[in-house]
Amino acid sequence: MKRILPLLLILSLFAIATGVQGAQMECTDEIGCVEIAPDDPIVIGYMLTLSGGTSFLGEDSLGGIEIAVSDRDSMLLDHDIELIGEDSLCSAEGGQTAAQKLAANDQLLGVVGTNCSSSATAALPIISTAGMVMISPSNTAPSLTNDDTASGGVWQPGYYRTAHNDLFQGAIAAEFAFNELGLTKLATIHDGSPYAEGLQAVMADTFTELGGEVVFQGAINVGDTDMSAILTEVAAAGPEVIYFPVFEPEGDFIAAQTADTPGLEDAVLMGADGLLSDSFPEATGEAAVGMYLSGPSVTGDEYTAFLDKWAEEIGGVPPSGYHAHAYDATNILLDAIESVAEVGEDGTIVVGRQALRDALTATADYAGLTGSLTCNATGDCATGEALAIFQITEAELEGNWPPPVVWSPGQDM
Amino acid sequence: MRLVLNQRTIDEFSWVDFIIGVLRVVIIALIIIGSWNTLASGRFTADQWISLVISGLAQGSIYALIALGYTLVYGILLMINFAHGEVFMSGAFTAVFLAEAFDRSGFLNGSPLLAVPLLILFAALVSMSVAILLERIAYRPLRNAPRLVPLITAIGASFFLQYTFRGLYGSGFKSYPTVDALRGSFTVGSVTIPISQMVVFAAALVLMLGLYWLVERTKLGKAMRAVSENKEVSALMGIDIDRIIVFTFAIGGALAGAAGVINGLYRPQGVNFFMGFVPGIKAFTAAVLGGIGNIPGAMLGGLFLGVIEAIGPNLVLAGLGIPGANQLKDVIAFTMLVLVLIFRPQGILGERLAEKKA
Repeated sequence: MKRILPLLLILSLFAIATGVQGAQMECTDEIGCVEIAPDDPIVIGYMLTLSGGTSFLGEDSLGGIEIAVSDRDSMLLDHDIELIGEDSLCSAEGGQTAAQKLAANDQLLGVVGTNCSSSATAALPIISTAGMVMISPSNTAPSLTNDDTASGGVWQPGYYRTAHNDLFQGAIAAEFAFNELGLTKLATIHDGSPYAEGLQAVMADTFTELGGEVVFQGAINVGDTDMSAILTEVAAAGPEVIYFPVFEPEGDFIAAQTADTPGLEDAVLMGADGLLSDSFPEATGEAAVGMYLSGPSVTGDEYTAFLDKWAEEIGGVPPSGYHAHAYDATNILLDAIESVAEVGEDGTIVVGRQALRDALTATADYAGLTGSLTCNATGDCATGEALAIFQITEAELEGNWPPPVVWSPGQDM
Repeated sequence: MRLVLNQRTIDEFSWVDFIIGVLRVVIIALIIIGSWNTLASGRFTADQWISLVISGLAQGSIYALIALGYTLVYGILLMINFAHGEVFMSGAFTAVFLAEAFDRSGFLNGSPLLAVPLLILFAALVSMSVAILLERIAYRPLRNAPRLVPLITAIGASFFLQYTFRGLYGSGFKSYPTVDALRGSFTVGSVTIPISQMVVFAAALVLMLGLYWLVERTKLGKAMRAVSENKEVSALMGIDIDRIIVFTFAIGGALAGAAGVINGLYRPQGVNFFMGFVPGIKAFTAAVLGGIGNIPGAMLGGLFLGVIEAIGPNLVLAGLGIPGANQLKDVIAFTMLVLVLIFRPQGILGERLAEKKA
């Protein structure tokens, strides 16, 4: 008993001491906090398509994330930044698996991803329930930032994106084709993905509202190489403009084979940001000349500096067009963590999960590579102002990139 | 007792026959109604149908070249080499770099008659080496294992090859440079035929005739046929079985590599490490359609599949009022496979392997 008494005293003193410290760093956040011990890293995740036919998208985004982290020397608030990642493929199954694996890590604050809207639809409920945030560099499907489930919205708290919403993109494509080019007969082709299907639907609806006629709406499969059957069908409908907001390589095949399809020689071709990549004119050749593409115009000195870093740290050039969005997504996430983190005397960090969401939602006039970012209540951070219509010319076949901007919303040609 | 047993067997048979009979009638009726509706609606002109058939033949001849690799290997080893699509990819993906170099130096457009065959030869060599290594490393150690084992190994080998090439050349898309001589089209009557489609068809035909000659007229071909009939007896007759199997893989690989370049001249875009998957599956379908193990069957199956894919969605599905018919191209392809397996389980030109070999 004599020996136990001092031990108890020491123990109770220790308890009081830690209790006091605990009170100092108490978590008041309504959906919980992440506490990071002095020597532990700050963990952020990515969820990208890293294998399979669309892995170029994942590599593209991952490069942007890594450069954003290395720009800060992998340090935030005197803690290391640890990057963990999962392959979400470009499918709902992949998104679900990746989200479940990441959500199991309770130190994880937020995730940059996914690359495909189909993955996001499955991943979002899991990430949101776990209290984390998810910022996508390339999901553009309107449903993801729509909180009205009656109209097909799947938004859940914690979702943000630096990619623009296709509601803007489809609408400006229609305005450009109808008002600026004076075309009245539209044919659309999608590939069954939520991205392409949603985009062509917005385009077709806006085009009809403006007074145009939609003469054909059809679809191909991802992986098709021979488009002659659908193009013959398109030709039979007699459109003046063909809109195919798909990805490479299907878009390359459609554009190239349109030139060989009798009846479509004079049709105007239009695509979207899925094809806005320097490999598109290179792969498609002459048939791409004159084609219009909508997409964000990412330019400027900072972007050039980013490409230099890419060449130095990763090598070569980015394989697709969303690396700048991934870079911005990572930066607004890290900035938000920095702004809401409470730092204890010994270096312990406490980050409130709801506070982190609030900080991201409050992002305003952030000067990113992809333009000015201001997040709204349902996570759309790109304002769509940076969207423009580009036209591919002979110079792009020779390696010039990006193509010249021929029109941007609110401006006459 | 015996009589009752017979009675029961007869009953069961008639049920199966009845269901299959109904299925046949329904499918044939759907095809006729769909085609009739489309033709009656006059959505396409005769010329458009003809150009669809011709583009189907061009695509089908590429399927046929790949399908030959499946059928040759099956004929000898009774094994489906599911990594064959990746053998195709390895040749096509590697040759794209040579094609780019040829294009930069002006050789490709300067003397296409020399440059294109060189490209085909190079891709054939690459694919041949991959196929030989595949046989040596992945399949030969499992020659006497149960038949499921090499099948699973083939799937593993397929992933291994995909990600090896991704590691080698990256995950981005490459494309073949366009050959000026292949551009443009000529007109027969009122039908416009792109030159590239004719060239693809002709090149594939030459290669297939060459293969037919090799198998039917040479000593090596005779040995291959002997091994395919009966391995043990051929060995007793002094044929080196291992050598013949390596040759079979080499020939199948070379054809796949050649198909890679021919495909690249016809559809230049979309060259990446994943490009072998879909053509591989389609070619396998073509090989089964024609009768797996049968060489003319693979050729016919490939052409048949190509044409069906080109006209099927517009003819049958559109006529039945199914929206987005062209997205269901693959449905047509695989429905065809099911149909052939119902009507003629051995394939169009197939022999009854079950009786002869099992």
